[in-house]
Amino acid sequence: MIKIKNVVCRFGNIIAVNGISLDVERGEVVVIIGPSGSGKSTILRCLNALEEIDSGEIIIDNFRIDKNQKDIHQIRLEIGMVFQQFNLFPHLTVIDNIMLAQKVVRRRSKEEAHKKGMGLLEQVGLLDKVDVYPEQLSGGQKQRVAIVRALAMDPKIMLFDEVTSALDPEMIGEVLETMKMLAVRGMTMLVVSHELGFAREVADRVVFMEAGKIIESGTPEKIFDNPSRPRTKDFLNKVL
Amino acid sequence: MIDWICEQIVLYWDIFKYLIPVVPWTALITVTSFALALVLGLIIGVLRLSHNRAIAFISGAYVNIIRGVPLLVHIFFIYFGLGSLLNLDRFTAGVLAVGICYSAYLAEIFRSGIDAIAHGQYEAAMSLGMTRFQTLRHVIIPQSLRIVIPPVANEFIASLKDSSLVSIIGLRELTRAGREYYSQNFTDFQTWFLVGLLYLVMTLTLTRLVKYLESVYAVKGFGSSRA
Repeated sequence: MIKIKNVVCRFGNIIAVNGISLDVERGEVVVIIGPSGSGKSTILRCLNALEEIDSGEIIIDNFRIDKNQKDIHQIRLEIGMVFQQFNLFPHLTVIDNIMLAQKVVRRRSKEEAHKKGMGLLEQVGLLDKVDVYPEQLSGGQKQRVAIVRALAMDPKIMLFDEVTSALDPEMIGEVLETMKMLAVRGMTMLVVSHELGFAREVADRVVFMEAGKIIESGTPEKIFDNPSRPRTKDFLNKVL
Repeated sequence: MIDWICEQIVLYWDIFKYLIPVVPWTALITVTSFALALVLGLIIGVLRLSHNRAIAFISGAYVNIIRGVPLLVHIFFIYFGLGSLLNLDRFTAGVLAVGICYSAYLAEIFRSGIDAIAHGQYEAAMSLGMTRFQTLRHVIIPQSLRIVIPPVANEFIASLKDSSLVSIIGLRELTRAGREYYSQNFTDFQTWFLVGLLYLVMTLTLTRLVKYLESVYAVKGFGSSRA
């Protein structure tokens, strides 16, 4: 489903991603862990063409991802993305946040978009927040709305970029629950996270990155219980 | 003393009766030229942010050139210069001059309003598959407009006052009517006092209207409307 081949992404003199190759199968949940500045968010953003790659190749569902491609927005709508800072549209209510792209991009009728949004909001337990503005929500609620907004587009892939890092500890659980629900239903997910408990429980594969490279990848059991590289061990010792 | 007061009241009433019929003209000139300025300003403001260098340069040049020339010169140039070529009447020339002049100021306001929106908003919109145009149209500009209401309102009030400059080409509005009355009756103090008062009433009314607009477009927890 996702094929990443030798991708390099630079910001000026800084090489954020330095030759990454990674394949993700349909329905697979891959969690990328690693210290900050290791390029894990960057590779996620490259997948959605929010960053331009300098060399290498990203192919999603037989489409080559290229930021400068004219119809890149059509590929993007198959890829849902959730951000650390939520990025909800502050001038729209919860339901309008969820309906906007459905109407404008997917060309759904108002009724259809509304129905879809309500259905998803019910699943994440936010039906009582339909007509509220984002600023009136807690961080956890915002992030669940952001997830619903992305899901309403019926994406084939979901990207999660440190979605719990800006949350108060007691709100992390509700967001992770929502993500778990998605994983169980077979969504293809790429998750950048510091939540190692989540990674262990939900991931099919864990990827450890450092300095723009993949140091090690494997099942959660292998990475967490029996890492083969000293750097992986170091990192896990520091965070666990 | 009482005689003098009565005399003055009669005089003011007479001037008032003379001036009041042209107040709608001042309003019409202001509203029409500002509507033009809003449309042009929004287009130019968006174009200034274009990634296309030529478009960004041309729109930038437009702002700098228009902004760098006095409104009075715009009026003369458009009425006497272009007007004789294109056969423009006074109203069209006056409205064009004020509208074009203010579009340059508004373009800068719109540009800064658009710049003020966090980059994450673009990323969120584009990750949902929106094109750049759709992102601007549905996500960025609606938020920018709320930010720019106060400065745009400022320009609107300024343009109402500047509409007095079109009296110079003989377009009959409040200032022109004041001059007419004064030149026939030589009541300088009373005439200009009343002209000023009428402008003041209009601008204060607008100020109230703007306050109302700000409250209508306020979104809970958004920007300066934070309760």
